[in-house]
Amino acid sequence: MKGQGRGLQAYALLYLLFLYAPIILLPLFAFNSGTIIAFPLQGFTTDWFSQMWANATLRTALANSLLIAVSAAVLATCLGIFAARASTRFEFPGKGGMMGFILLPMVLPEIIVAMSLLVVLLGAGVQLSILTVILGHVLICMPYAIAILSTAFSSLDKSLEEAAYDLGETRWSAFRLVTLPLVMPGIISSLLISFTISLDEFIIAFFLAGNQPTLPTYIFSQLRFPKQIPMIMALGTVLVALSIVLLALGEYFRRRGNARMGGNPTRGFL
Amino acid sequence: MAKGGLDAQARQGYALIAPPFLYAALVLAAPLLTILAYSFLTDGYLEVVREFTWANYVQVWTDPIVRTVMLRSLMVSALVTLVTVALAFPVAYYVSFLVRPQKKATWLFLITIPFWTSYLIRVFLWKVILGYNGVVNSSLTGLGIIDEPLTFILYNVNSIVITLAHAYAPFAILPIFVALEKIDRSLLEAGRDLGESRAMTFWRVTLPLAMPGVLAAVLIVFIPTIGDYVTPELIGGGKIPMIANLIQVQMLALDNRPLGSALAVTTMAIVAVVSIVFLLINRRFLKVRS
Repeated sequence: MKGQGRGLQAYALLYLLFLYAPIILLPLFAFNSGTIIAFPLQGFTTDWFSQMWANATLRTALANSLLIAVSAAVLATCLGIFAARASTRFEFPGKGGMMGFILLPMVLPEIIVAMSLLVVLLGAGVQLSILTVILGHVLICMPYAIAILSTAFSSLDKSLEEAAYDLGETRWSAFRLVTLPLVMPGIISSLLISFTISLDEFIIAFFLAGNQPTLPTYIFSQLRFPKQIPMIMALGTVLVALSIVLLALGEYFRRRGNARMGGNPTRGFL
Repeated sequence: MAKGGLDAQARQGYALIAPPFLYAALVLAAPLLTILAYSFLTDGYLEVVREFTWANYVQVWTDPIVRTVMLRSLMVSALVTLVTVALAFPVAYYVSFLVRPQKKATWLFLITIPFWTSYLIRVFLWKVILGYNGVVNSSLTGLGIIDEPLTFILYNVNSIVITLAHAYAPFAILPIFVALEKIDRSLLEAGRDLGESRAMTFWRVTLPLAMPGVLAAVLIVFIPTIGDYVTPELIGGGKIPMIANLIQVQMLALDNRPLGSALAVTTMAIVAVVSIVFLLINRRFLKVRS
């Protein structure tokens, strides 16, 4: 048993190294003064970061991406609350089919979602813009929001709401005063996850943004120019740091939520 | 009363599910039906002619370029799925069976973090790691292990497989982990008590019970990889296109929407067939469980 455990542990650690290899390299190249992304490293520099701050297109792309991600996260979470509430609290004919349909974007190749939406938007004469990207991002964020929110809603004790009704609260005030605070950690992690997905989403933004840059499409356009790559590495470093902070926050709220539900605070993701 | 109650409940349920359902109908179902319709229409100059035809599908199934790309996409996705799931299973097993319960969430958190960092930059960095003067080759030549840079990991199908196996790792680990967590540990003790060896217990008890998770992982990895656009573009340098790149070229660069639609519909059909096959296999394993 001991030997088997050791072997597996060594394998798991190696696997983690494999998972983290790109992330470990990112800051190395971001602070490397050489312009070519290869070993051996040259010297230490923060030039790429200042070059990044001074880049006007990048700033536009960031502003666009933030606007898209915030809108998509809020809309997907709002729609997700409806779906999660419906699926965990009510029984009605066709529920499975309807839920399956809403969750479909999770298992559909993204290129097909993007292309079909693009064809329809172009056919309808809609001007491609940030709005059309938001439209697509809400669609692909919604299933993840629903998955997280369903967990939050299903671990909710139904009798708490019933107690509120018995104490004279209306359906809406019971939802606002009892249910909502209890599922709040779920809502926050749904917002964070949707935000992160949207911020990093490339395919839909690439095809539906028209000539508006978003962060991923800007990165993609710059990867063709070797001169720009050190700056992209600096940008990547910042993005990774940001993602880790956001994820740690999300994890914190999820654990606190589980603890508040009286569950095990270390319970897993699913 | 009972019937009235049920109706009220059903009404409330429908009212609640309506907004997300209508949104998905508008933004997903309508576009999918449109490309389904387009795939049977004729391509004209700068427009789609409303004439019914099977020609697009005939072309999709007979054109040698389309066939090469389609087969390559299937092969790459199958290979990626195999590699990803095979590499992921021991990790999921380790976290589920050997990590202390208090530490499991932390392990899962560590496994998911890399997945949330910029996909494009991760893909690009694999190009850096595997490239001609990349991390692997320069370290190996530097250490004197090899004289010439390894070429089998260079801008080809192998590098696409490695990159995608990295990108979809958490998608494979999580479902397998969940399935392993559900296994009643006393069944394993029973297997041992009845005189099975550790390996046989794993083979005859643990693995069949973990199969639903493994099959879920297979589907979750297979479906998005077959439609992956970025990796062939960045790693393959556009020289080894997969089906997504072909759809994009037909739809936009060549402006042949009907043929592009037929390609997209065919891809979805293939994905659907593969999914159904795996779901049927899964049903067999679920029967074993109950």
